[in-house]
Amino acid sequence: MFSGFKGGIHPPENKHVAEDKAFTNLPVPQMCYIPLSQHLGAPAKPVVEVGQTVTEGQLIAEAGGFVSANVHSPVPGKVVEIKEINTVNNRQMAVVIEAEGAFSSSAQPRQTDDWEKLAPEEILRRIREAGIVGLGGAAFPAAVKLSPPKDKKIDILIVNGSECEPYLTVDDMLMQTFPKEIIDGTRMLMKVLGVTRAIIGIENNKKKAVQALKKTLASMSIKEDIAVKALRTKYPQGAEKQLIYSLTGKQVPSGGLPMEVGVVVQNVGTIFAAREAVVFSKPLFERYITVSGKMINKPGNYKVRLGTRISDIVEECGGLKGEPAKIVIGGPMCGLSIHSLDIPVVKGTSGILFLSKDEVKTGDFSQCIRCGRCVAACPINLVPCDLGNAVEKNRYDLVEELRPLDCIMCGSCSYSCPSNRPLSHFIKLAQAWVRKQKK
Amino acid sequence: MTDIKETQGLILSNAPHIKTGDSVQKIMWLVVASLVPAAAFGVYTFGLHALVLIAASIISAVAAEALYQALLKKKISVIDGSAVITGLLIGMNVPPTAPAWMVVIGSFFGIIIVKQVFGGLGFNIFNPALGARAFMMASWPVYMTTGWVPFSGSNVLAGGVQNAAGLPQQAFDAITQATPLGALKEGPKILQEMNIGIGQLHDFLFSSSMIKSLFIGNIGGVIGETSALFLLIGGIFLLARRIITWHIPVSFIGTVGILAFAYYSAAGLSCPWMAVLFHLLSGGLMLGAFFMATDMVTSPVSAAGMVIFGVGCGAITFIIRIWGGYPEGVSYSILLMNAATPLIDRFTKPRVFGVK
Repeated sequence: MFSGFKGGIHPPENKHVAEDKAFTNLPVPQMCYIPLSQHLGAPAKPVVEVGQTVTEGQLIAEAGGFVSANVHSPVPGKVVEIKEINTVNNRQMAVVIEAEGAFSSSAQPRQTDDWEKLAPEEILRRIREAGIVGLGGAAFPAAVKLSPPKDKKIDILIVNGSECEPYLTVDDMLMQTFPKEIIDGTRMLMKVLGVTRAIIGIENNKKKAVQALKKTLASMSIKEDIAVKALRTKYPQGAEKQLIYSLTGKQVPSGGLPMEVGVVVQNVGTIFAAREAVVFSKPLFERYITVSGKMINKPGNYKVRLGTRISDIVEECGGLKGEPAKIVIGGPMCGLSIHSLDIPVVKGTSGILFLSKDEVKTGDFSQCIRCGRCVAACPINLVPCDLGNAVEKNRYDLVEELRPLDCIMCGSCSYSCPSNRPLSHFIKLAQAWVRKQKK
Repeated sequence: MTDIKETQGLILSNAPHIKTGDSVQKIMWLVVASLVPAAAFGVYTFGLHALVLIAASIISAVAAEALYQALLKKKISVIDGSAVITGLLIGMNVPPTAPAWMVVIGSFFGIIIVKQVFGGLGFNIFNPALGARAFMMASWPVYMTTGWVPFSGSNVLAGGVQNAAGLPQQAFDAITQATPLGALKEGPKILQEMNIGIGQLHDFLFSSSMIKSLFIGNIGGVIGETSALFLLIGGIFLLARRIITWHIPVSFIGTVGILAFAYYSAAGLSCPWMAVLFHLLSGGLMLGAFFMATDMVTSPVSAAGMVIFGVGCGAITFIIRIWGGYPEGVSYSILLMNAATPLIDRFTKPRVFGVK
């Protein structure tokens, strides 16, 4: 096994909390809050009006540009409001829909199309129409990633099943539950990209997922070259650049995109959703998530409608055991902490963690003792301690040569700092400063 | 329905939301723990006065730090254990018969002048304990370079060093008064007067009996440096607990070993390996390489920088041992490399991922 990227950390996995919990469907919420900007790029433009009746999966907002994504109604019902709400990372416009009437798609037997008979352009069109974005968390519109400029030759599709964030088990469970669909979806995207080779990379702590995919792959007679590779369990193995390096030995150039080394990376969840979009003409209005942490009564892996508020999820997951110290959307390394239970699940929500005080980092930070642990942990080979010291002392004149823009915000430096220094936060400030200077 | 009140105490912050279990305090106290075996062995071999010296230096180092911080109305941080390490290392770095007042002054110097005036933990350029040692060497050279416990005769463990090379008793007694490295440096002069050649001195110092004594610690030296065995136990503990990495100790000790092999091979020694072992196990090499050169604050942050730092320490140590004025060069080599650390850090920035 290729040893992989340099640096990284080994945080406690805490996957056991929700591991091996089969998917459960969460009930459809009464009220859905659907933000218009659930993806990277331009916000979608609403195409419905207050008072209008919508069906399940109906387009309610259309892509606001090339890098954007359509948004669909997760429930049949009535648009009651279009207003500004708090979301995971900002305050933005959202369509509020009150559920009523019958469910069209989920109640009826699905009509299935054979994607192998479809042209690559048609597959891509369906993915774009369905509003598929990267479900690993970054929420980059999938169709954009799948249409690289003509001059960039793509030769490998990498399927990201590494799920290196602690606590999260949703991709693991997807691979265990739907190995056939994921391989089928992989083949479908290979057709779109015109590549003959794909690698599914999975951290070796997910043995069942590796086995399920390998077994399924062996039982299928396919012409494409698809390999399942177990990777060393090390955070951030699932970070795009690190994953590409671990699997192919290629380094994405600083400031560049994976396509520059002929690679497109898609998360397993995205592939699963893209396949459903093409085969069942099903827009992205629901997704799988992990609900975990010590403070939730029923941790597990759930299928949930987009727009469901955290408060509804808390209720359906048996309530809280007590006051959590922190609620995190996403994983504990890269996720965002939230202040309100009114925030809805969006396309990029991979998990919701209700963490107790002993699970989270708290307390003040002290001065840097130059132990070098952040330097050893940084997968990009930066010197986070120097960046942190410069920012702390307002010496922004020193930061540019320390290359903060190369930082992938994995948080390994902050995690490993014995002085509890918020290094990735400092680096974020340095990034903002450098970007401002460049304008 | 969950009451919104339940979310009012929620902590909001940037990612990551979890952190390692290691804190500065934990690291420092684990270093203290790792030094205990060697310090305890020093007390066992050299007696109660060694304990008095170690206690005096620890107490005065902690007192100096608390006093300075109280006077400057800073947060008193002695609980972090770093002053305890400095005090403990100062106590372990003096001859067993040194006066207690000397280590008290040394500790005050180390904490206040070498550490606190530079800004305290994290900002000092030089290792405070080694700064204090250099200060004491300059101020009280007699106390710092004499008063060794002879390592001939019947010592506490393993019956002492044997006169393996058959030196005349008078010569044997003369060269075992100081430390083994002292014998290597001053021995030729002493023995010349007795018409004994350097070959016989080497036969004695590089004998298996000598190596065994050096390994166990049945020799003269400063309180904490004598037993390579107990220092190795502490060093391996620090490596296993990932408090330190291999880079500095291995490159430091390795460089001394390689240079010793080259030097004694060139000198025509029939078995340079014994000379290599002698150099590795004698003096302050184990103490310096595992516990003082690895001081995080005063050593480079990157792996490449640490290796350069270690190689530099090893080279300077060997140069001082063979050609310098002192028999031992570990502490000065580390201090010199401490001074070079900012420069090393500057030139060993790792190549950023994806940058050609």
